[in-house]
Amino acid sequence: MAELLLELLSEEIPARMQARAADDLKRLVGEGLKAAGLEFKDARAFATSRRLALVVDGLPTARADVSEERRGPRVGAPEQAVQGFLKATGLSSLDQAEKRDTGKGEFWFAVIAKKGGPTAEALPGIIDAAMKALPWPKSMKWGSGTMTWVRPLQSIIALFDGKVLAGEVAPGGAMAPIRFGDATRGHRFLSRGAIKVAGFEDYVAKLRAAHVMLDPAERKKIVLAEAEKLCAEAQVALKTDDGLLEEVAGLVEWPVPLLGTIDAQFMDVPAEVLTVSMRTHQRYFVTSKKDGALANRFVVVANNVARDGGKTIVDGNERVLRSRLADAKFFWNQDRKVRLEERLPALKDMVFHARLGTQADRVARIEILADKLAAYVPGADSAQAILAAHLCKADLRSGMVGEFPELQGVMGRYYALEEKLPAAIADAIGDHYAPAGPNDRCPSAPVSVVVALADKLDALTSFWAIGEKPTGSRDPYALRRAALGIIRIVVENDIRLPLKKFFDADDLMAFFADRLKVQMREKGVRHDVVDAVFALGGEDDLVRLLARVEAVQAFLATEAGKNLLTAYGRAANIVRAEEKKDKTLASRIAGAPDVTLMEQTEEKAVASALADIERLVKPALQREDFAGAMRAFADLRGPIDSFFEKVTVNVAEKPDLRLNRLKLLNQIRATMDSVADFSRIEG
Amino acid sequence: MSEPSARLNPTCFQELILTLQDYWARQGCLILQPFDMEMGAGTFHTATTLRALGPKAWYAAYVQPSRRPADGRYGDNPMRLQHYYQFQAILKPSPPDILERYLGSLEAIGIDTTLHDIRFVEDDWESPTLGAWGLGWEVWCDGSEISQFTYFQQVGGIDVDLVSGEITYGLERLAMYLFDKKSIFDLPFNRADSEVPLTYGDVFLQNEREQSAYNFEHADTDMLFRHFADAEKECGRLIERRLPLPAYEQCIKASHCFNLLDARGVISVTERQSYILRVRDLAKACCEAWLVTQKKEAA
Repeated sequence: MAELLLELLSEEIPARMQARAADDLKRLVGEGLKAAGLEFKDARAFATSRRLALVVDGLPTARADVSEERRGPRVGAPEQAVQGFLKATGLSSLDQAEKRDTGKGEFWFAVIAKKGGPTAEALPGIIDAAMKALPWPKSMKWGSGTMTWVRPLQSIIALFDGKVLAGEVAPGGAMAPIRFGDATRGHRFLSRGAIKVAGFEDYVAKLRAAHVMLDPAERKKIVLAEAEKLCAEAQVALKTDDGLLEEVAGLVEWPVPLLGTIDAQFMDVPAEVLTVSMRTHQRYFVTSKKDGALANRFVVVANNVARDGGKTIVDGNERVLRSRLADAKFFWNQDRKVRLEERLPALKDMVFHARLGTQADRVARIEILADKLAAYVPGADSAQAILAAHLCKADLRSGMVGEFPELQGVMGRYYALEEKLPAAIADAIGDHYAPAGPNDRCPSAPVSVVVALADKLDALTSFWAIGEKPTGSRDPYALRRAALGIIRIVVENDIRLPLKKFFDADDLMAFFADRLKVQMREKGVRHDVVDAVFALGGEDDLVRLLARVEAVQAFLATEAGKNLLTAYGRAANIVRAEEKKDKTLASRIAGAPDVTLMEQTEEKAVASALADIERLVKPALQREDFAGAMRAFADLRGPIDSFFEKVTVNVAEKPDLRLNRLKLLNQIRATMDSVADFSRIEG
Repeated sequence: MSEPSARLNPTCFQELILTLQDYWARQGCLILQPFDMEMGAGTFHTATTLRALGPKAWYAAYVQPSRRPADGRYGDNPMRLQHYYQFQAILKPSPPDILERYLGSLEAIGIDTTLHDIRFVEDDWESPTLGAWGLGWEVWCDGSEISQFTYFQQVGGIDVDLVSGEITYGLERLAMYLFDKKSIFDLPFNRADSEVPLTYGDVFLQNEREQSAYNFEHADTDMLFRHFADAEKECGRLIERRLPLPAYEQCIKASHCFNLLDARGVISVTERQSYILRVRDLAKACCEAWLVTQKKEAA
């Protein structure tokens, strides 16, 4: 058993691509090994900002000869098929293939003898193929070459069983091939010269000595631990941030967290502004005080052990932050001199979409929607909602949002508060883009709910009106997110909103239905129950729809529910089978059965149970007491069971009696279908 | 490779330029002079845009005054100018040690890598007007962007034969970092111990004020629209005559007219895209015509 070590050293690999590339390398080499019949015990891949590394354990040092058979085209197949077969099997002509009768005709067969031999001979081809197949999100050529990689490739370690594999990668052009070797380089600034390694363990140890921490998980651990230690000493709390941690760990080979200080003059700028500057633009971790407010310290993760202990680095970073925040503070001071209302005319110059007019047009539409929506949101003051809608996009013309677009809404809220507008209006401006995703906070204050709904409804109905609907993976205007946002706001706040009052496009309603289905499936609701309720059609109140789904799912979980479903299935099957034989039957069995035609007590019992149930179910449905409606159905089970035991439906000699019994069965189906289409429930 | 530079640790703006020129000359680059027309970035210089195409090797470095009319702030913003300087080095084909050479230039201008934190942060470059793109990084020193590094992949919509490594230093920003100044205008232009010591503001503040007024208030937009149309027409005519170099100058002219019109706010968002495409079409045609001459020469 032997070990394969592969390292691909390059210029700096974008942080966001590293983890995926390491996984891909492992997968592709693994597949290559398996295809070559080389079993292995374990494979692990790692990435740093300059290298991808892979170690495969437990490989055999040699393989036995194997013979493999492949069936080709039918004898006499077109030339093209024959050529394809020859190419795929590596045969030079059909003389090398065999004809065989498979029972379904005569086919060509290739018997390919795969020579076994030393594993070391198979590996270079596998490595080469994996490198060619590695799907970088973006890749490039360099020098005079034709090869593509994420950034220029510099060297390759390919060691098997402690020995360098014979192989190379040719970048092309006038460039020298990159030969497989046993040497790499350490940290760009903390190490000099080539490092020769004998195997994975040696590689990891020597890299560590050369200030390269190979394992991203370890780098993350160190960043977190060191950052928390620094914060504890400064008596602040680190705001953990997994996305940033991942990125920072990909920007360094030797993480050195350092603590910096925000200049006091900037601490009165809104915390969101400071955070965006630090986190998004500078990749700093922010910290908080005991009360949760932003603290004046930040953590920067350097990639260098500086000889002055990092003083210059901290100074430099504080300086950069100072100039960034000076900009932000400038905007904060300037922006507050202009009222939001005064910014509105400038929205006329901001195109929202070529066919949907400007942001000013959009605001006008949102205002109308807000007015209409306010009636459906308990506690929402419509005048406040309209004013909030009126001002919700004004901050797009502020200097701060021009510089930091991700602060849209957030800044509008601050500026509204500065103007002493009511908090409900300010909050509605701040909240109206929310929720931005499944984990984002969902607005709950009444005025916020109105404006957030209006914003999304406008986007959906407007883009729908010009035919810009999402297709497959294309959703450039994030309309799926808008629909999901509406669903969350409506459902989480229990808002009774008849969506059809806001649009009449059936396919937009269906779009909502699909989003809702996806969302409910993720929450573990049975998809067939969802389908059964949706199949009723005509429902545009999401809260009522969900209540119905919940009631049906709960009922089906009970013993009575399961049995009734079986009974329903039997009734429906008989009716359906008869309907198939006689196309005119459906119209003749609509409506209530005639009690005077009933001969057996069992059928009379069902009829009377159905009548009782209908008396209960209709008002229950009207009250939206879906659980109550489902409970009523439980009483139907006994009579139906007896009916099927004792009564023959298809009495050929008495056509009137048969028809009446079919009517009765059909009525069972119709009554139950008034709650959900039970034919869609999977038993 | 190279001798240690004679000019370690520049102390003023002009020494920074001299040091970079000296360094890149030692790396085998031609030291060219700025292109004598208004342009938005050093990339527009024929030494980059056109030389990046074709099968011939090309190492060059130069300072390019760059004009971005819309960035004018009347000299009020300490960090923004409508006229500034880029230092550009282009190495084609990119040598395997180009990053080490770049890091050498940082040492030369006084950035000690045993004290600072140098980082290569993903930043892909694209110029819609030149139909050009490449992959590379912003280079950060202690969190401050000090250079752009790009491997050109396409120019004028054409795949390059040889990949150029392009290094751009924003000189004012770099100088502010090196000399620890909060305002561009406070940068020492020459040495403090000079006979006539002057700051960047002494040299350029008035220019920023007047040019901002021109860019935003006084530029004659009818004239500029005319100039744009004329340049566009002339460019097409010259392409037909197979004169890519004069044709390209008309493309640069059109591009600058567009930038001025854009700063004057007379181009709507929808029109904007169409103007960019018109300039790109010119750039593309020039690049194609240039490539024909290069291939002919090489053949």
